[in-house]
Amino acid sequence: MASKTTQNGTSLRSGPTSLMVDIVKADFPLLDQTIHGHKLVYLDNAASSQKPRVVINALLDYYRKTNANIHRGLHTLAERATDSYERTRDHVARFVGGVDREEIIFTSGTTESINLVAATWGEENIHEGDEIVITEMEHHANLVPWVILAQKKKAVLKHIPITICGHLDLSQIDDIITPKTKLLALTHMSNVLGTINPVEELAAKAHQHGAVVLADVAQSMPHMPVDIPSLGVDFCAFSAHKMLGPTGVGILYGKRELLDKMPPYNMGGEMIREVRFDHITWAELPFKFEGGTPNVADVVAFDAALTYLEALGMQNVRDHEERLTGYAFERLSELKDLEIQGPRETGQRGGAISFTDPNIHPHDISTFLDSRGIAIRAGHHCAQPLMRVLGKVATARASLYIYNDEADVDQLVEALIEMRRYFGV
Amino acid sequence: MNESLDEMYRDIILDHYRSPRGKKPLEKTDIASEGHNPSCGDEIDVELQVDDDTVKDVHVNCHGCAISVASGSMLAEIVKGKTLAEAFRIAELVKKILKGEETEIPEDLGDLDALKGVRQFPVRIKCALLSWVTLMEGLKDYKSGQRGGKSSISTDDDKD
Repeated sequence: MASKTTQNGTSLRSGPTSLMVDIVKADFPLLDQTIHGHKLVYLDNAASSQKPRVVINALLDYYRKTNANIHRGLHTLAERATDSYERTRDHVARFVGGVDREEIIFTSGTTESINLVAATWGEENIHEGDEIVITEMEHHANLVPWVILAQKKKAVLKHIPITICGHLDLSQIDDIITPKTKLLALTHMSNVLGTINPVEELAAKAHQHGAVVLADVAQSMPHMPVDIPSLGVDFCAFSAHKMLGPTGVGILYGKRELLDKMPPYNMGGEMIREVRFDHITWAELPFKFEGGTPNVADVVAFDAALTYLEALGMQNVRDHEERLTGYAFERLSELKDLEIQGPRETGQRGGAISFTDPNIHPHDISTFLDSRGIAIRAGHHCAQPLMRVLGKVATARASLYIYNDEADVDQLVEALIEMRRYFGV
Repeated sequence: MNESLDEMYRDIILDHYRSPRGKKPLEKTDIASEGHNPSCGDEIDVELQVDDDTVKDVHVNCHGCAISVASGSMLAEIVKGKTLAEAFRIAELVKKILKGEETEIPEDLGDLDALKGVRQFPVRIKCALLSWVTLMEGLKDYKSGQRGGKSSISTDDDKD
């Protein structure tokens, strides 16, 4: 019943700015369980989201009815599989704000999307003395490839620092982004601080100097309307599994002019036009970058995730999370001395809330909360340079999504109060 | 109340965590070793004052979770008064206990029994091991004559 209403998303909206969370929740079979005797409260959405029934069914249906290798088969199943796979590409191209389908490349995840750019565009365009600009709040996925490339090419890696409030510190930006800048690679939304960065403004500045801009939108795409053409970037990377889709699917958006000039990535089947022993010509876009059999089933099921999110409306998703983040801040303030990282203005951040307790280690927080049925993340969140800036070895992070509500936040806060009594420190 | 949680955070562990032993700095430091656990950021300093091959006093300074702090505190309590060889053997025994290779715990090391509950939480075993592998590293360097310097180990290096 609930998943039926999803097909016709309007009925999921209780008003212009909120979701009917109870109905949404019912679409996620995994959420209906107890952990250690408590109702499961899943607050690890910045790491990976849960999947609605429509996505799980799409995956099953694909294997039951459609499965075949794509693109070259001359039988019905191969045609069906190819159609479904390519339909998802069209859908992604529309979902991200209307780009060309040839500009959407399927990868295994955000990490591979960024590595693809580093290994192809980066390899050919970064030279000794060139400057690569990143930010202090990058996830290792948008950091390690550039550190390695800079080392290899004897290029210079510069970073935009953060303010104590968790925003990018743009006071010295004209010394950081300069005519020497060849690449600006930055996150749209921090997975630790929640900060939403002014990508458009920085992309425009980098473009003035002729640099190329890559945005890591892995955290923003699932949680707010993201329109790639208005971001004005050259590359964008994100993952399906953080936005209700299956694991193992990533997306790389690249501007056609750049993709056309880039060498291919995985060499093998699918990515060639003609092969001779002494001469090979590459396939056209986007196939040039999709060597080998892709993750067809998961890509096909991702289509259902996009449909689900569109039915909810991305602005509604954003409004819901913004409101719930505000509620979480309010409730967490009841815990004296609990330190919350990142901006406090809910309009300038997403729903990933990192916090530390002065006396209880994040791993103990996570273990205790798990015993109360609450899943959060604890650790360095693949952002070790940022942790050093924050002066923390680790933080606990609760991150919200469409199926979380006030009751989930209440369960979190009550468990944290109980935790302080339990550890007695 | 969750049973496996209480199994890990036993009263003895929580007691050591709330009031860790070995906080007082030593008069004289003969063995100094630092350890860290990169996956969770725990850091520990283990220092020994040695007199005639016997541990005269122990100082442990640990920044970490309840398990690593409690384990370090137990170390401070247990190792004091032991010969260096005994201290090394106890550290080896703790490793075996945590890895499930040994279940018998000698009477005089009773508090160590509380660490057994950690075995149900595989990701936390490293936390309980940290102080002990740090101690072993210090003892090894001391024995091989590398005295005066500070030994250093990461739990990621401790593969055996």
